[in-house]
Amino acid sequence: MQYILFIYSSEAEYNKRSAEENNAFSREYMQFTKEIQASGNFRAGDRLEPVTTATTVRVRDGKILKSDGPFAETREQLGGYYIVEAENLDQAVAMAAKLPGARIGSIEVRPIMKMPTA
Amino acid sequence: MHSGAIVARVIRLAGGDFGLAEEAVQDAFSAALVQWPLEGVPAQPRAWLARTARNKAIDRLRRQARFEVKLGDDAPDLAADSGEAYAEDANAIDDQLRLIFTCCHPALNLEAQVALTLRTLCGLTTDEIARAFLVEPVTMAQRLVRAKTKIKVAAIPYIVPGREELDERLEAVLAVVYLVFNEGYAATTGDTLLRGELCGEAIRLGRLIERLMPDRPEPLALVALMLLHDSRSAARFDLEGDVVLLEDQDRSRWNHAQIAEALPRLESALRAGVASSFAIQAAIAALHARARTAAETDWQQIALLYEELLRRSATPVVALNHAAALGMAEGPARGLELLDQLASDAAMQSYHLYFAARADLLRRAGRFHEAQASYAQALTLVRNEPERRYLAKRLAEMVATLEAERS
Repeated sequence: MQYILFIYSSEAEYNKRSAEENNAFSREYMQFTKEIQASGNFRAGDRLEPVTTATTVRVRDGKILKSDGPFAETREQLGGYYIVEAENLDQAVAMAAKLPGARIGSIEVRPIMKMPTA
Repeated sequence: MHSGAIVARVIRLAGGDFGLAEEAVQDAFSAALVQWPLEGVPAQPRAWLARTARNKAIDRLRRQARFEVKLGDDAPDLAADSGEAYAEDANAIDDQLRLIFTCCHPALNLEAQVALTLRTLCGLTTDEIARAFLVEPVTMAQRLVRAKTKIKVAAIPYIVPGREELDERLEAVLAVVYLVFNEGYAATTGDTLLRGELCGEAIRLGRLIERLMPDRPEPLALVALMLLHDSRSAARFDLEGDVVLLEDQDRSRWNHAQIAEALPRLESALRAGVASSFAIQAAIAALHARARTAAETDWQQIALLYEELLRRSATPVVALNHAAALGMAEGPARGLELLDQLASDAAMQSYHLYFAARADLLRRAGRFHEAQASYAQALTLVRNEPERRYLAKRLAEMVATLEAERS
């Protein structure tokens, strides 16, 4: 089963922290990535640029509307994701719980829809 | 015949698919209704039903062209089946534990946990559950479908949690059981029969968990608590359906057999070193149950126990009960002192029970004028009918008493 782990945390808090603290978190993420690569659970993962760099696209009545920023203003922002392979939800949750984002923010664990094989 | 054990087993055989299992079990029961009158009831009816349900599940999957789904192998289990022993054999126990823990999985919201437990373990119909929780049947049906879908799509595993998680998960299961009990126990829903049924189901669930996990003391404390509360049910309401306070209840109408069942359980739980919130609440209920008359109640001990309870869960209700108990043990002035300390809490200022507790203590202290004001204040905040009638009665008493004093 594949799950996507959406990592949400407060960018405002990130900006308040020292470089050392943030670097420590980055190292934890790298360590996590290595671990789940070794265990065979890693499928994909990326860190995202801050929400100020986001553009939201909507097409209404045939017109492309572009607005500056994320699709919604939220207290915590999407900062990155992992796609993992897990036997069941408990396993996926156990992985999510290891992420620094789980301690300082929230991780949304969503199952990826299985498409019927041709 | 209760289907919980069968449903539990078939869900496992159906690879954790609640929806498929439920339909398959229904198919099996339908088949039984047709075949048993003709062929006679089989020697091992539960085994027959589980086996038939499994075959019906295979049929359904075939019709849906879902060939890739592999169903659990039933063969080794059948050898162990032997009629009545079926329910108690290791496999049946594990299956029921799997079902309980999955229904109460933290990935499901609490309402879904309660609904799923009542539906699959207790066999209540969707309509009955809807009525119990005052929602539309269609809403409850959707709630159940959403929960079963989530279990399937998110792959919530159909397992008994491992040792590291078991304490926490068991706590969550017992919380759901107690929630069901309280729904039946609280005087807010109108349907008396349904209320009694919910208490009965909760107690039955508690006993089931006791039996399935004989080495855990936590279920004992909860079952003791529920038995003690329920033992007073015949005395709790008068002929008009009004609330009768504990101190005014006819203790001869208490179910003393149930009390006798509860007390040894409480003892076992306490001996096992479990001073859980349930155990303390049960200990308080036991002190009431043991007092032959209201006057003989050991209020000092009860007040101490409420203090202990406050350390675990400092909720408004517990704080108020503590103040009331202290008021009984050391006089109303002491209780009022405590309530004054709570007065600054915004939550208390909008809580009808705060003003009711205050009014009660003022009444006992002979401060009728202030009591009247407090009862009146409580009446502006109360939301349920039985309690409103009680408060109105007290207010009328105060008015009458003050009238009498003036004349």
